[in-house]
Amino acid sequence: MTTVMQIRDLHLRFPLGRSLMDHVKGRPGRVVQALNGVSLDLIQGETLGVVGESGCGKSTLARCIVRLYPPSEGSILFEGQDVFAGDARADRSYNRRVQMMFQDPYSSLNPRMTTGQILAEALSVHQMRPEPEIPARVSELLELVRLPQDAQHRLPHEFSGGQRQRIAIARALAVEPEVLIADELVSALDVSVQAQVVNLLLDLQRDLGLTILFVAHDLRLVRHVSNRVAVIYLGRIVEIGDSETLFSAPAHPYSQALLSAAPSLNPDNRGNATRLEGELPSPLNMPSGCPFHVRCPHASDICKSTIPALTPFEGCGEVACHHVEEINAHA
Amino acid sequence: MSDATFPTDRPSLLRMALCKPGFMVGILIIGFSVLLAIFPGFFAPYDPNALDYLAVRQPPSWAHPFGTDLLGRDSLSRVIWAYQVNMQMAVFGTVFALVTGVVVGALVGYYRGIADLIFGRIVDAVITFPFLVLVIAVVAVLGPGLINMYIAISVVYWVYYARLMRAEVIAQMGNDYAAAGVVMGYSDRRIIFRHLLPNAITPVVVYWMTDMALVILLGSSLGYLGLGAQPPQAEWGVLIAEGRNFISTAWWLSLMPGIAIVLTGLGFSLLGDGLADLLRPRG
Repeated sequence: MTTVMQIRDLHLRFPLGRSLMDHVKGRPGRVVQALNGVSLDLIQGETLGVVGESGCGKSTLARCIVRLYPPSEGSILFEGQDVFAGDARADRSYNRRVQMMFQDPYSSLNPRMTTGQILAEALSVHQMRPEPEIPARVSELLELVRLPQDAQHRLPHEFSGGQRQRIAIARALAVEPEVLIADELVSALDVSVQAQVVNLLLDLQRDLGLTILFVAHDLRLVRHVSNRVAVIYLGRIVEIGDSETLFSAPAHPYSQALLSAAPSLNPDNRGNATRLEGELPSPLNMPSGCPFHVRCPHASDICKSTIPALTPFEGCGEVACHHVEEINAHA
Repeated sequence: MSDATFPTDRPSLLRMALCKPGFMVGILIIGFSVLLAIFPGFFAPYDPNALDYLAVRQPPSWAHPFGTDLLGRDSLSRVIWAYQVNMQMAVFGTVFALVTGVVVGALVGYYRGIADLIFGRIVDAVITFPFLVLVIAVVAVLGPGLINMYIAISVVYWVYYARLMRAEVIAQMGNDYAAAGVVMGYSDRRIIFRHLLPNAITPVVVYWMTDMALVILLGSSLGYLGLGAQPPQAEWGVLIAEGRNFISTAWWLSLMPGIAIVLTGLGFSLLGDGLADLLRPRG
């Protein structure tokens, strides 16, 4: 088990700028706290699922990892090297080795380039193959993602969503990356097409030995693809652990609520879902202490003042909750 | 799925153009204007500068379809020779502004930051001035003449192209393909000029067409005011100015070059409209 990537205490704040009233009253500008100390290890060859509500920071985390957003604090180490350190930023080989696939297949491909051009560009910029061998490699890549050869000469608008996502996968694979970040890879697709794309990804992972970070909000899908799962709430990991254990016996009260919100195929399970009170607090105005305490049925005084750290909990991976033992003793 | 085939439904550009009568008319007008501008000697019946004091201010006739001017020169020939000057204006009055504006707009749109702030102030400064006044001011400093007029127009006009380009680049950057370029490790230059620019340029090209019409109008205005082309050079604005004092007795002197301006302007507008449809990315 080698760790390929270590994310340490990653914070990301988006300043919203100060209004005139803020200046008059001497208030600091408002800030969206997108990530609040995410720490994560990505292990060679695994698929790590990342789940959470909309707006909890899943996609922000993904974009941070591929250096689209520089973090406000914290670091990302790739094979021990800080990818945001001074001269490392100029190093484009990190971009080759860590690739991302985007949520919206309708905007992630340049509408004026044919599939062939898109793939050939990736190959030639990173000099993956000598120039004369590029056309052959483009054909191979199309075959790899199961697209017909005549797709080469077509523009993105001539493809369906699922086919476009496969072009995006081919583009990411063109540069032979080691880590793939899949940001809501299939959430824009029909269920039947989702299965094709996800299974293609899993086949490729097995054949090419890829490490995948799979960001999604579809819990059943994440359970299907992931070895490990991280649950994010308001830019902070509240629970991380082995996929099967986490899904069958979530320990954190938020994970419990989230998982019980997923529709079950068993009609007898209806009605005993743990319902959450209230709404996701605004990341503009973070609650003090445990970010979940305003909605948590088990919250006590310590939750309002102290942020719980991720700590190992018997057979459940790691959980960030002050009352994890009492809660799970009840259950 | 692997053996799915695609219907070949991409109509040729020519066929699309033929389906749009307005676009077709625009192409014909501008095409013919370009021909007139390149070979005026072939189309003009007389030498535009040949004087004939025995036939001064004659109304349109078979011998002189557009009449003759106050020195007995053939008006039709002068209007045709003026195509050379006015079409040249349409190109040289816009192309420097276009290139500068596109490059500057793309760069400030992509990098934002302090350069964008400065650019914003320049835009504010330029657009608060009435355009014509600003151009006249620059011409007044440099002196009248066509070259100085091109310089004056370019100095002011690039701002309009840059503003349009900047907005379009920012809009395009909202698409994930720009982010994908960064993730792929492409250089900024490649992302700006290979990915963003081709997608952002369409409104600029369409604007360029309308702008050429505007520049012809502006050039004529300056010619009329004596700040652009200088007599005896045949230029529509100059021709209209020459007929100004005889507007009630010799109307053809000003009307014929006026019609040429309207027709060319119409041609560029129709061309711009058609291009807007044609260049829109499908899907």
